[in-house]
Amino acid sequence: MLYRENGQFKTTYRADQQIFPIAQDRYLILALVAFAFLVVPFAASEYLFRAILIPFLILSLAAIGLNILVGYCGQISLGTGGFMAVGAYMAYNFLVRIEGMPLVPAILLGGLCATVVGVLFGIPSLRIKGMYLAVATLAAQFFTDWAFLRVKWFTNDSSSGSVSVSGLSMLGWTIDTPTEKYLFCLGFVVVFALLAKNLVRSHIGREWMAIRDMDVAASVIGIRPVYAKLTAFAVSSFIVGVAGALWGFVYLGSWEPAAFSIDRSFQLLFMVIIGGLGSIMGSFFGAAFIVILPILLDQLPGWLGIPLDTALTAHLTFMIFGALIVFFLIVEPHGLARLWTVGKEKLRLWPFPH
Amino acid sequence: MGFFIEATIGGLMSGMLYALVALGFVLIFKASGVFNFAQGAMVLFAALAMARFAEWIPLYSGIDNKIVVNVLAFGAAMLVMIASAWLIERLVLGKLVNQEGITLLMATLGITYFLDGFGQTVFGSDIYKIDVGMPKDPIFLFENLFQGGVLVGQEDLVAAGVAAALVGMLAAFFQYTGTGRALRAVADDHQAAQSIGIPLNRIWVIVWAVAGFVALVAGIIWGSKLGVQFSLSLVALKALPVVILGGLTSVPGAILGGLIIGVGEKLSEVYIGPMLGGGIEIWFAYVLALIFLLVRPQGLFGEKIIDRV
Repeated sequence: MLYRENGQFKTTYRADQQIFPIAQDRYLILALVAFAFLVVPFAASEYLFRAILIPFLILSLAAIGLNILVGYCGQISLGTGGFMAVGAYMAYNFLVRIEGMPLVPAILLGGLCATVVGVLFGIPSLRIKGMYLAVATLAAQFFTDWAFLRVKWFTNDSSSGSVSVSGLSMLGWTIDTPTEKYLFCLGFVVVFALLAKNLVRSHIGREWMAIRDMDVAASVIGIRPVYAKLTAFAVSSFIVGVAGALWGFVYLGSWEPAAFSIDRSFQLLFMVIIGGLGSIMGSFFGAAFIVILPILLDQLPGWLGIPLDTALTAHLTFMIFGALIVFFLIVEPHGLARLWTVGKEKLRLWPFPH
Repeated sequence: MGFFIEATIGGLMSGMLYALVALGFVLIFKASGVFNFAQGAMVLFAALAMARFAEWIPLYSGIDNKIVVNVLAFGAAMLVMIASAWLIERLVLGKLVNQEGITLLMATLGITYFLDGFGQTVFGSDIYKIDVGMPKDPIFLFENLFQGGVLVGQEDLVAAGVAAALVGMLAAFFQYTGTGRALRAVADDHQAAQSIGIPLNRIWVIVWAVAGFVALVAGIIWGSKLGVQFSLSLVALKALPVVILGGLTSVPGAILGGLIIGVGEKLSEVYIGPMLGGGIEIWFAYVLALIFLLVRPQGLFGEKIIDRV
């Protein structure tokens, strides 16, 4: 970077093991968080909140959850959309069925239900590996799709099959403008990102990574695969479930099972891969990329003044999206997070490289 | 009893069709270790090409003999599939050699998006018909054995026959031709195959072209059954449980898996479905595959996965 760690001597283990060992990094991140909390709410337009910032925040939360499972523990899951749906629908049920249920505990309870379902569908991972597991997790996706469509209890017997939540409020604070929704999501994202970051650099995170790198070797040196894999499924689906609840409650307001279809699962997997497997920061990069890219592609013909009809634009968007994803995978298979680290390494020596 | 047999036969027929799509997955996974999610998109793309060429050829050349048109359209669609196989190898997979399975999987998802968009941009996005003259009327079988006999769609019978013939052809191709032997060598061990002078890149193009051919046949059969439209690419989701149940590396596995899934799906729909409120076949197939996998993690005929430290 333009700054270096020169002169910052660590005299305690604590100081050496911080998330950001370099002081400048710490200040930058703090400044970024402060900026997100204090400046953005006043500076951004309503469109920006609605179309970009809120989906970006919620999807990056889900991407963090998925990254724990795929990037840190190496278990490929295509059932993320299903776990999000469990979070959303169960949180809805807690909110509607229990009189006076506060919002945040309802969302967290929704996440807990997703945890249970996640662990249940994670059990096969103890025996099934690799691509077989990836396809097997689709069972979770299709089962939840079906359950929330057909079992009337989950949708509170609503006739149209869609459920809606209105009048969000927390401790007397009504969350109805886009700015307030943004702040609400931001709070969740900051807390969970910190939690996830600390989890993955703790004892349990190292177990996950050992399992990812080679599970036989890990079990030989005394890591219990059952415990490591199932905790990864549990933590991952909890975070994903909370993100799902936020997606339903805050972003959509009213939703149907189609909101959490298999496309959502693929979208999240794209975020994790494009952003960088095994990187919390990468989840944010990936989410930003995948959220903003389609919007950009959609607007581009309008800005360039090329008249295209909507169907054609949609198809072209598909094409370019696919091509760009392939392009990114070829250029940097380890994702945007790796580009970031490489860039930082280069800047460290700048302007006098070897 | 007659009803049970009817359901079972219906299941076997649709199982054959799933197997046809599953075959494409298996071919590519065997030869290059790529889990090709784009197989469904390839089915749609091939079917779109076929349907549109069959429409355009009489329009521009004036040929209106149906058989000639269909053969020409088939040839043209096959050329398109070979070209796309070559392009995919050249532009995508050739550059991703030695990457992890998940990266390759995502690359094929990228190809899926591209093909879906490209196909609909070039060939249009309405619902098209493929008419290769498949008989449509259902017929009754075993009328002397059961009261009322067993109702079977002729179309399904033809489709199953075509699928069986295709599998036989592929098996012969793999077993008796030089290229087939090279393909099997590559499937066994990339490096060893390369070291005795088998050109990997060319083999991959061939495999993708063969998978394109399978996709084309599947696309024609499915397309003439359901009409060529976007939902055709979702056929892949039906074929996935078949692939893992049979084993990712086994051609006979894909067939048997298809039959098991087809029958299981049909019977569950008939006998368990009403209890649970219907529409269970989509997840039932996956759960069925999951149960089989818990007993045999490599699928029925897949290579045994041996982990070494």
